Amino acid sequence: MSSVVPAPIARQPWGMLIPLLLLVAFGAAVLYSAAGGSMQPFATSHLIRFSVFLVMAAIIASLPREFVRLMTYPAYIVVLLMLVAVEAMGALRGGSQRWLDLGFMVLQPSELMKPVIVVTLAQFYSTLPVGLITSWRALLVPAALIALPVAFVLLQPDLGTSLAIAFGGAVVMLLAGLPMRWFVIGGVGAVVAAPLAFFFGLKEYQQQRVLTMFDPEADALGAGYHITQSKIAIGSGGLFGKGFNNGSQSHLNYLPEPHTDFVFATMAEEWGLAGGLFVIAVFSIILRWGLKVARESRDRFASLLAAGMVATIFFYIAVNLLMVMGMAPVVGIPLPFMSHGGSSMLTNMICIGALMMVNRWNRNAPRGGLAS
Amino acid sequence: MSKGFGRKNGTKRNGPIISASTLKNTFDRRSVIIGTVQGGVGVLLAARMGYLAIAENEKYRLESESNRVNLSLIPPRRGWILDRNDAPLASNRADFRVDVIPGRLNDADATVDQIGALLNLNPARIADLKTTIAASSGYQPVEVASGLNYEEFAALSVRLPDMQGVVPQRGFSRFYPTGCSVGHLIGYVGPANAEEYDEEERNPLLVTPGYKIGKDGLEKQFEQELRGVPGARRVEVTASGRIVRDLETREDIQGDPVRLTIDGPLQDYAARRIGLESGSVVVMDCESGDILCMASMPSFDPNSFSDGIGSVEYAMLREDQRVPLRNKVLKGLYPPGSTVKPMHCMAFLKAGISPDETIACAGGRRIGNRFFNCWSNHGTVDMAKAIYQSCDSYFYHFAQQIGFDAVADMARTTGMGEEFPLPVISQFYGTVPTPDWKLNKFGRDWEPFDTVNASIGQGYYLASPLQLAVTSARLATGKHVMPRLTMNTPPKGFDQVDFPDDHVAYVRQAMSDVVNGPGTAGRGRLPFPDIQMAGKTGTAQVVSLSVSDGRSGPWKYRDHGLFTFFAPVDKPRYAGAVVIEHGGGSGAAYPIARDVMTFMFDPAKGLEALRALEQQWGGTAQERLEARYAAYAAERGETVIAPPRRDEDIFDRVEAEARLAAEQSQEIADEFVAPRADPTSAGSPPPDAGIPAADTGANE
Repeated sequence: MSSVVPAPIARQPWGMLIPLLLLVAFGAAVLYSAAGGSMQPFATSHLIRFSVFLVMAAIIASLPREFVRLMTYPAYIVVLLMLVAVEAMGALRGGSQRWLDLGFMVLQPSELMKPVIVVTLAQFYSTLPVGLITSWRALLVPAALIALPVAFVLLQPDLGTSLAIAFGGAVVMLLAGLPMRWFVIGGVGAVVAAPLAFFFGLKEYQQQRVLTMFDPEADALGAGYHITQSKIAIGSGGLFGKGFNNGSQSHLNYLPEPHTDFVFATMAEEWGLAGGLFVIAVFSIILRWGLKVARESRDRFASLLAAGMVATIFFYIAVNLLMVMGMAPVVGIPLPFMSHGGSSMLTNMICIGALMMVNRWNRNAPRGGLAS
Repeated sequence: MSKGFGRKNGTKRNGPIISASTLKNTFDRRSVIIGTVQGGVGVLLAARMGYLAIAENEKYRLESESNRVNLSLIPPRRGWILDRNDAPLASNRADFRVDVIPGRLNDADATVDQIGALLNLNPARIADLKTTIAASSGYQPVEVASGLNYEEFAALSVRLPDMQGVVPQRGFSRFYPTGCSVGHLIGYVGPANAEEYDEEERNPLLVTPGYKIGKDGLEKQFEQELRGVPGARRVEVTASGRIVRDLETREDIQGDPVRLTIDGPLQDYAARRIGLESGSVVVMDCESGDILCMASMPSFDPNSFSDGIGSVEYAMLREDQRVPLRNKVLKGLYPPGSTVKPMHCMAFLKAGISPDETIACAGGRRIGNRFFNCWSNHGTVDMAKAIYQSCDSYFYHFAQQIGFDAVADMARTTGMGEEFPLPVISQFYGTVPTPDWKLNKFGRDWEPFDTVNASIGQGYYLASPLQLAVTSARLATGKHVMPRLTMNTPPKGFDQVDFPDDHVAYVRQAMSDVVNGPGTAGRGRLPFPDIQMAGKTGTAQVVSLSVSDGRSGPWKYRDHGLFTFFAPVDKPRYAGAVVIEHGGGSGAAYPIARDVMTFMFDPAKGLEALRALEQQWGGTAQERLEARYAAYAAERGETVIAPPRRDEDIFDRVEAEARLAAEQSQEIADEFVAPRADPTSAGSPPPDAGIPAADTGANE
C-alpha cells in the first residue's frame, strides 16, 4: 500500500464506504429532483443527517468488544421501556403514536429496536453453552426477546417495523445453529397462521393493501393507486430514464411519497434501468461486504451480530424494492440511504457502524486467531 | 423469509458432537445460504425492473403520458335551430358557469353550501343540488349554476384550490329567445344521464362539464346534426388536477343548424294568443305543407329546464291541470266534433250524394227506430246549410245511408288516424272508429247510435290538432298535402289529387259561409275587406250531459272548443286548426284562429288585438309563467314533491297521462252523445289559469 495515505484512513473499508457515499450522493440528487429541483427541503437535510450519522457510525466502529457486550442487555431494556412509554403516551393522548419526544429530538424507539434485537440475540447465543443450542432454552428465550418488542410495535400499529424486528431476530437464530426442523415447523406454522392473521390480525386498510398487491388495477384510484403509479414511474423510465429533473410522475404528484417510500420509483423514472441497476449493485456490494465481515469473524458474538445487521439492512432494501415494483404490499418501509427520513437513516447507519466495528475487531483479531 | 431454506443443512438431531467449530460450520453454511437468498432477491429485483422498464416500457410510458397530459374536451357549440326566415328559435349564449363532479368532492354538502353562499343560490336550489349530487354517479358533472356574472365567476375561481371537484368555466349555454312559446316544439337540453352515456359507448364528451344534449322535442330529434365536433385542449396537469401549462388547443366545430318550416313570430304569437286557455294552434302552408306554427300552451320555459328541472318548478307544472308538460299538438287527442262535417260531406259527395239533396231536420232525426236529437231545429237542410249551420240531423241521415265505413275511408284519406313522417319524438294518431275497430277493441257490435255519434265527430272519434290542420289543408286544396317540419325535406303529396275541383269548390264555399255567411262563427271574420277565412266550428263533449252541461261547472268537464280553418277562401294559402281544451265550446277557439290569421296577413293588426288581451291577462305568456313561478315558489317552496330523477320519467308519465286523458272522452261513447249548441260561444270565463279548484284564490 502506498504510504501517502495515512494508515488510519487506509484502514477503513473503502470497498464498502465509497459505493455507500456514491449511493447517498445519488440519493441526494434524487431528493433534489423530488423537491422540484431544489436542495430544500429534502436533499440538504439528507446529506446533513448522513454526515452526522456517519460520525456516529465511526464512534460505534471504535467501540471495544467488551463494552458492547456489557451494554447489550441494558440497551435492550432501555429501548423496550421506550416502546412501553410510546404506548403509554399514545394511550394518554388517545391515539396511536410511534414517536417519543425527548425534548431535543423525536425518537422512534421501534427503529432502534431493529439493531438492538440483533445485538441482544448475538449476545445471548454467544453466552449460551454450545451444547444447549438444540435445547428448548435456545429457542424460547430468544423467541420471548423478539416477541416482546414485536408485540409493542404491533400495538402502535406498525406492521412493517415489527416484521423487520422479527426478521432480524430470526436470521440471528438461524445462524446461531438452531436445529433446522424448528425453522421448518415455524415456517409451516407461519403459512397456517398467515390467513388467520390476515383476517383477524390486520386492520382493514392493511388487508386492503395486501389484496391490492395481487390486483392493483382493480382499484386504480384507491389502495392500488400507489403501486400502479409506482410501476408507471419505473416502467416509463425505460433504459436511461427521462432525464434528471424530468420525471413527470414525481413532479406532478402522481407518485405518492416520492421522497420517502417511493424514492426508488422517483429515481427510476429519471435514471431508468441504468440507475436502478446501479442502486441494486451498490446494495449488493454493501451486503456482500457485510456478510464477508460476518464470515471472517472468528468470534461467535461478532459474526452473529454482523450477519444480523446485514439481514436488517437487507430487509429494508428487499421489502421496499419489492413494494415499489409491485411484488409486496404497501408497507411503510423506506429505502436505506436514499429515502428522506431520520429514523431509517439512524437505524441503517447503526448497522453500518456495527459492521465497521466488527470489521475492526476482525482486523485486531485476524482470521486464524483463537475462537472465543 | 428464508426460514424454510436449506433443510438438508440442518444440524443432525442426534448428532453427538456439538462444538464451537460445528456451530461455526453451521454459521458458515447458513450464511452462504442467506447470502444466496439475498443475491437471488437482488437478481429477482433486477429482472423485475428490467421487465418493467424494457418489456413494459411502452405501456407505462403511455400511462405516464396519459397521467401527465389531460385532454380536456371543449364542448362544441350547438347548432342553431332556425325558423323559416333564419331567425333563431334556439341559439347559444356565452356565459360563465360552474359544475361539480360529485366523485371528486370531499364533502359534497359542505361544498354545495359554500358555493351556494358565494353565488346566493336560493335554498330550494341548494336542496335540489344536494339530492342530485347524492344520487349521481361519480364522474357525471352536475351543473350548479350558469349565467353567472364575472364577479361571481371570479369569486368562485379564486377559491378553487380549496374546492376539489368544482369546475367553473366559460362556455356557451342554450338560449331560446321566445321561451315557453317553443317549449314543446323545440324541447330543451340537459346533461346526459348515465343511460345516455352508456348508450353512446361512454363517449367522453357526454361527461364533459357544461356539455348538454337534446332531451326532448327537436333538440333530441336532431341531436346528431346539432352536436358538432368537440374541440380539445391538451394540458399538463398535476395529480390533483391543477393545470401546469397548455400544450395544444384545437377549436371546436359548431354543429349544423336545423332550419324549420316554423314561422317564429307566428309561433310566438299563436302561443301568446292562447292566453289563459289550455290548447294548441297549428297553421300549415297549403302550397308546401310547411308547418308554420305548432303552439301548445301552457308550456314550460326550456331556458329554465336546461339547468335541470327544479323541484319547485316541476311541482308547479305538475299540479297545473292544464298539463303544461304535454305537447297538445301531437299528444292531445280530442273528439273532433263538428269540425269533421266538411270532410264527411266530401265522403257523401264521393258516394254520389247530390249537394242539393235535402233532408228535414225536426230538431233531430229518426235513425232506424230511434230519434236522435240535433242541437237545434234547422228545417230543410241541404249540404251547404248542414255545414254552415252545423246541422247534425243531416249527418246522421247520410252517414247512415252510405255506411260509416265509407265515411271512415274518407277520414283516413284526409289524415285522421294518420301518423305523419315528421321529425318528432312521438305523436298520437287517434282513432277513426269503424265497425271492425269497435268489434276488435270492445268485442261489441256497431250500433246505429255509433254511426250517429261518429257522423258528428263524437263517440270513439279522436284526432290530434295536427291531424285536424292537415285535414283542413287537404280539404282546402283537394290535394294530399303532407306536412313537413324542416326546410330540407321536399314537399310531398301535391301530385296526388284527393278530391275533384267541383267538390272542393262546394265545400270551400260552405265553409266560407260558416264565417262570412249565415254560419256558426260570425265573429270569426277577418278584419280585411279583401281576405276571407273559411272554417268549421266544433264543440266536443267530454262527459255525458248528466255530469255537466259543458259550459259551466268544473273546468275539466267543460266541452272542448275546436275550429279548423283556411284562408284566403278563394285561393287557400294557409290552413290550420285551433283546439282549446275545455274551452266551453267552439266560441273559445275560432277567435284565436281569427287573430292568428290576422297576424299572418298583417302582423301589426294582429299584435294590436293581442296587446289588449294580454293587458287583461296580466302579461305575455312568458311573463305570466315567471310570475306564477315566483308566487308558487314563495307559497309552496318548502313542501314540493321532488321531480323524478330522470327527465325521461317525467315525459313518460306525461305521455301516459295524455293517453288516459284521450280515452276519457271515449267513455261516453257507449251512448248517444246528445250534441251541444255548437255555434254559440260558450261565453264561459277562461279557466282560472289552471289553479286546482281546491286552492282557489292562491294566484291570479
